[in-house]
Amino acid sequence: MAIRVNGTEVDPPEDARVSLLDLLRERLQLTGTKVGCNQGACGACTVLLDGNRVLSCLTLAVQADGREVTTIEGLADGDGLHPLQAAFIEHDGFQCGYCTPGQICAASAMLREVTEGVPSYVTADLAEEHITLSREEIRERMSGNLCRCGAHNGIIDAILQVATEKAA
Amino acid sequence: MNPVTYQRASSLAEAVRLAESSQLLGGGTNLVDLMRKGVERPSQLTDVTALSAAIAATDDGRLVIGAAARNSAVAAHPLVRSRHPMLSRAILAGASAQVRNMATVGGNLMQRTRCLYFADVAGSRCNKRQPGSGCDAAGGFERYHAIIGASPACSATHPSDMCVALAALDADVRIVGPAGKRTVALVDFHRLPEDRPDQETALKQGEVIEAIEIPDAPFAARSDYRKVRDRASYAFALVSVASGLTLREGRIDEIRIAFGGIAPKPWRAYRAEAALRGVVPTAEAFKAAADLELAEATPLAGNAFKIALAKRTLAAVLTDLSGDDR
Repeated sequence: MAIRVNGTEVDPPEDARVSLLDLLRERLQLTGTKVGCNQGACGACTVLLDGNRVLSCLTLAVQADGREVTTIEGLADGDGLHPLQAAFIEHDGFQCGYCTPGQICAASAMLREVTEGVPSYVTADLAEEHITLSREEIRERMSGNLCRCGAHNGIIDAILQVATEKAA
Repeated sequence: MNPVTYQRASSLAEAVRLAESSQLLGGGTNLVDLMRKGVERPSQLTDVTALSAAIAATDDGRLVIGAAARNSAVAAHPLVRSRHPMLSRAILAGASAQVRNMATVGGNLMQRTRCLYFADVAGSRCNKRQPGSGCDAAGGFERYHAIIGASPACSATHPSDMCVALAALDADVRIVGPAGKRTVALVDFHRLPEDRPDQETALKQGEVIEAIEIPDAPFAARSDYRKVRDRASYAFALVSVASGLTLREGRIDEIRIAFGGIAPKPWRAYRAEAALRGVVPTAEAFKAAADLELAEATPLAGNAFKIALAKRTLAAVLTDLSGDDR
């Protein structure tokens, strides 16, 4: 078995204690994924596992064996920016940039969840299959990603723009 | 973190065989964190996420959820959203989207308290972590601790939102062990601390949670979950309420109520339910029922506010559920 990281097969570590986060950063030199709290509270280490957003700090790398991992390095199309990356720049969705890879990985999965009709805690009608992505919905759905610079308003603007363009 | 071996169980039988000598690993959102903090020190991990994650209704209308189902999959499932909305809402009120994508149903039942003193291996005494060592939460930061069901040994709260809804929904826990299968009601699955706060659940060493079963009931379709916390999202409950009810000729017919955030286990409010059955839903009736349920609450110095908060949250949920627009 192997872990597929951004399309490349990687051997799982022999030591089961290695987190997916440490595998990415320390062994594969994919340092786009950031270490924040290392205890599941901040979202800086968010990556996609089989397309779903997860915390790489609380995922043992061996748990990703046989699965597909996508990091911020794998999200963009070559040297071209992902639409969310471009929108974060346009709307000042960051200052120091440390939380940004996690924010963008989380947002990309979140937008897919919305198109699939996945509800959130603030969705008024749980039976409704079509989600209208308001600022309140984005705030709730992105609450697992903290930004200590306080760029949340720009982050919401950026995500809302990409969501609107996708829907158009 | 101590050295640990890792293996995946590919069948329930294999999981039961391995469970005797290892600790079971679901999404890891709680266990991996506790291993890193030194609270949990397993030498063997058995990953049970390859076991059944199916969510399906039986012929008699019961909803069966495999223990490996991810929390996010349960919350988003059409049957859960339509028949048991309080369960969707409770799960969506918990943690973050990332954590819900990882966390399993079985793991949610087995998660440990978020008491800060329990997690502080180097600096705090804790009867749950080390029986008989004492409790440094007493007289400390008690804001998140229990006001009912606690003991002098431990006042830590159960952190789950999902389990509060399951308690109100009359859910059962299906367990498999070396001696065969058994079923435990969710309300009996978690135990009160008394003098052994380290013994948290009815699950014995060597047993594995196979699935959760929820009966179909009219009160479940007219239900909700409300959570009050220190920030708008991604925080544990100060107080939460899961409730569902039916009305007949202007009176409450069936009703279920459970509280989160106030007790060492999901707190099923049997007294309040009994007081409200057959009663015309009014603000006075809701207040009387809440007063009755919380009459024996014994708050700590730092959390007496939870009594009023629990009563008001219950009244708000019941007012909403009994309203005409439901």
